[in-house]
Amino acid sequence: MHRFANPARFMRMSQIVLPWLTVVTTLLLVAGLVLSFVAPPDYQQGESVRIMFVHVPAAWMAMCAYTSLAAASAAALIWRHPLAEIAAEETAPLGAVFTGLCLVTGSLWGQPMWGTWWAWDARMTSVLVLFFLYLGYMALLNAFDDPTRGRRAAAILALVGFVNVPIIKFSVDWWNTLHQPASVLRVGGPTIDPSILLPLLIMAVAFTLLFATLLVVRMRAALIERKIRVLDAAAGGALG
Amino acid sequence: MSFSTWIQMGGYAMFVWPAYGIAAAALGLLALGSIRRYRLAQRRLAVMMATRRGEDA
Amino acid sequence: MTRKRRRLIFVLAGMSCLGIATFLVLNAFDDNLVFFYSPTDLVQKHPGTTKRLRIGGLVENGSLVTSEGGKRFNFKVTDGKTDLSVSYLGVAPALFREGQGVVAEGKMAADGRFEAATLLAKHDEKYMPPEVADALKKSGEWRPDQQAAAPGAADAPTSSKNAGDAPANSASARP
Repeated sequence: MHRFANPARFMRMSQIVLPWLTVVTTLLLVAGLVLSFVAPPDYQQGESVRIMFVHVPAAWMAMCAYTSLAAASAAALIWRHPLAEIAAEETAPLGAVFTGLCLVTGSLWGQPMWGTWWAWDARMTSVLVLFFLYLGYMALLNAFDDPTRGRRAAAILALVGFVNVPIIKFSVDWWNTLHQPASVLRVGGPTIDPSILLPLLIMAVAFTLLFATLLVVRMRAALIERKIRVLDAAAGGALG
Repeated sequence: MSFSTWIQMGGYAMFVWPAYGIAAAALGLLALGSIRRYRLAQRRLAVMMATRRGEDA
Repeated sequence: MTRKRRRLIFVLAGMSCLGIATFLVLNAFDDNLVFFYSPTDLVQKHPGTTKRLRIGGLVENGSLVTSEGGKRFNFKVTDGKTDLSVSYLGVAPALFREGQGVVAEGKMAADGRFEAATLLAKHDEKYMPPEVADALKKSGEWRPDQQAAAPGAADAPTSSKNAGDAPANSASARP
């Protein structure tokens, strides 16, 4: 475990991977964007269905990022590994942005289709809770004078909050909601026509890669910042 | 389909375009911020290493 | 036992307890987490005329009557077992039509009708281009029984009688 999660090794590997990751992410984002507007309109929702190509990948990333946050927090708590700590800390703002994006685009879709910007159905409420979990995590991280304590408290919150992720996923099956039931990840296969499903999946992959790229960039930045702090402390010690 | 009908998005222009606009702005700013922070850290480290070498010599 | 191992067990045990607790809480609150009641639920509950609540179901085919210059909508909401007459004054959402899922918020009137203050449209989990929808209908491959637009599908199976007529109304016409 430690052999693969060594910060020096991470810096070496990510330096090689990062340029490729950036190129592939950009290409897929452009392709996804073009396909989003080439795709046919929906038989009921017309052109407004295009909001789905942003809304649904953002929602998936919101949950995916939280799962990463919880996994990294667990690893940081159990193995006290610095790379896991950094991964968790840098995942949270990314996840918060995707969740916020999901809420805003959902609102813009809900108004013309359902007739409301917002409703307290189980899906929307649980996603709003997810958004506050991200904000709470980031607040807790900086709430203590001792950064180790802040990190530990935030990691526990991340783990506790993880129960929300399956609730989001299955809310539409467990309770009747304004949202329709699952249409992609469901027993019996997707209920979306391939011409609309393809742009959605490409956008989903593009968003996932964007998340990965930004996570790598931010983790590298955080590791360099740590090194600077160590060097600063060493220099200060030598001078004093 | 002409450009003007396309831009109207079947009457949903005021929902579709803001959705894409906000997505582009949010993700763009997130990417820019992350890259700027990374570059700044790299530069600071480079300066530090250079001055250290200077002191050692 | 090493400290790492102990921490691992702590985290796993904590997560299991939390999961069980959440499950129990959600189970207990089941009724309050429902976004809307089906007409059948409502008949069983007798909510009275003062409580504001939401009902949901399919707009029954042939039941929609518009009056007062297109602003008053009278229709029946069905879950396949029970019908409920609903009256709404205002602007209806784009997806609102017969055969379509609908959620109405309001109060029961004294005469047993539901007086809706807000009207929300639901859509199903199917997405396809209009041409595909038309082709499916022509070839008879349209399977409305899978149409889970029928809210309350969790408690009451969608009536094929009502849902079956749905495509005729929800035809390719774009809102």
